[in-house]
Amino acid sequence: MATETHEAAGHAAEAAGSAGMPQLDFSTWGNQIFWLIVTLVVIYLILSKVALPRVGAVLADRAGTIANNIAAAEELKQQARDAEAAYEKALANARAEAAAIVEATRAEAAEKLKAATARADEQIAAKAAEGEAAIAEIRAGAMEAAETVARDTAAEIVTALGFSAPEGEIAGAVSARLKG
Amino acid sequence: MATEAAHGAEEGSSLVFHPMDQFIVKPLFGGTEVHWYTITNVTLWMAITVLAIIALMVLGTSGKKQVPSRGQSMAEMAYGFVYKMVEDVTGKDGLRYFPYIFTLFMFIVFANVLGLVPMSFTTTSHFAVTIVLALAVFLTVTILGFVLHGAQFLGLFWVSSAPLAVRPLLAMIEVISYFVRPVSHSIRLAGNMMAGHAVIKVFAGFAAIAAVSPVSILAIVGMYGLEILVAFIQAYVFTILTCVYLKDALHPAH
Repeated sequence: MATETHEAAGHAAEAAGSAGMPQLDFSTWGNQIFWLIVTLVVIYLILSKVALPRVGAVLADRAGTIANNIAAAEELKQQARDAEAAYEKALANARAEAAAIVEATRAEAAEKLKAATARADEQIAAKAAEGEAAIAEIRAGAMEAAETVARDTAAEIVTALGFSAPEGEIAGAVSARLKG
Repeated sequence: MATEAAHGAEEGSSLVFHPMDQFIVKPLFGGTEVHWYTITNVTLWMAITVLAIIALMVLGTSGKKQVPSRGQSMAEMAYGFVYKMVEDVTGKDGLRYFPYIFTLFMFIVFANVLGLVPMSFTTTSHFAVTIVLALAVFLTVTILGFVLHGAQFLGLFWVSSAPLAVRPLLAMIEVISYFVRPVSHSIRLAGNMMAGHAVIKVFAGFAAIAAVSPVSILAIVGMYGLEILVAFIQAYVFTILTCVYLKDALHPAH
């Protein structure tokens, strides 16, 4: 009973002192502050000695891995770009070579054609000259024959008409007539 | 206990609210006297906070995996969150103080969240706790400011960009606001924690009336969700304000 009344008195005093707010009961402050400081020191030691270095190391490791992977990916990309450039270059070379071959072939063909044309022209010219010579010959022969015939005929006509004329005069007159 | 008996008697007759009883500091192993060394519910819940932090930050990260497990991922998120906050607010040179700030953040966030476990005790709802936290920040920042910058630290109060005539007035305001910092810093946290828990208790008291109990239970559910949000936000606010004050000590120029 004695202790109970003592407790009741204590609570009453406490209640009066704190006006219903245990937060303002200053008799417990020492206790709270003591345990708070113990708690904070323990948390600080655990975090700074164990947890934070560990988490920091893991995060740094991960950042390193990610950076390495990105660098590797960048390198592969560069390689792919190089390969593409090499392919493009090879393609361009092949195209240029093909164009050169086409050009050479075309030039050769043109050369051959030119030569063949020249040869054909030459042959044609030779044939034409030959033909012309033949024609000239034939024409000369024909003129001669016509002159002979005309001279003979003129002589015959002169004879038939009862005239006589020297051979040379008739031939000269026919020749003059044919020329004129 | 005499008070409890009285409560019991009252409960028998009508509705009674004791929303503040949850904050009473009690010795765990008998006795009523609370000495500074007494093992109380404060001790218990602070110890649980420490264990929870060990579970997350030490056991959770024990794998040290490149591809993190769920626990390790949470620990890394907490680390990254506070690290980025410190870096963004105080700059690179503030990162030296990252372990201290992380300690503060982890203690507050775990104490807040564990305080939401039914029948638990919320250590951060007590001014004794939050004032120590806020004063530690305040004293550290002030001493650090003078150690790093000497008398130039006082430039924090002398707004050189303002016209000369109003500078003394501004300096007075700056000094007052500087000394109010630990007060607002601590009361904000304890007040938020206390108010939310007390409101939940009041709603729980209403649940004794059959007619309103469904509404009251819904209200408790809603408040509880809100309180989870508040638990994280207040830890965040406390930490970011710590960073802001630290920035003032590191770079006192306006």
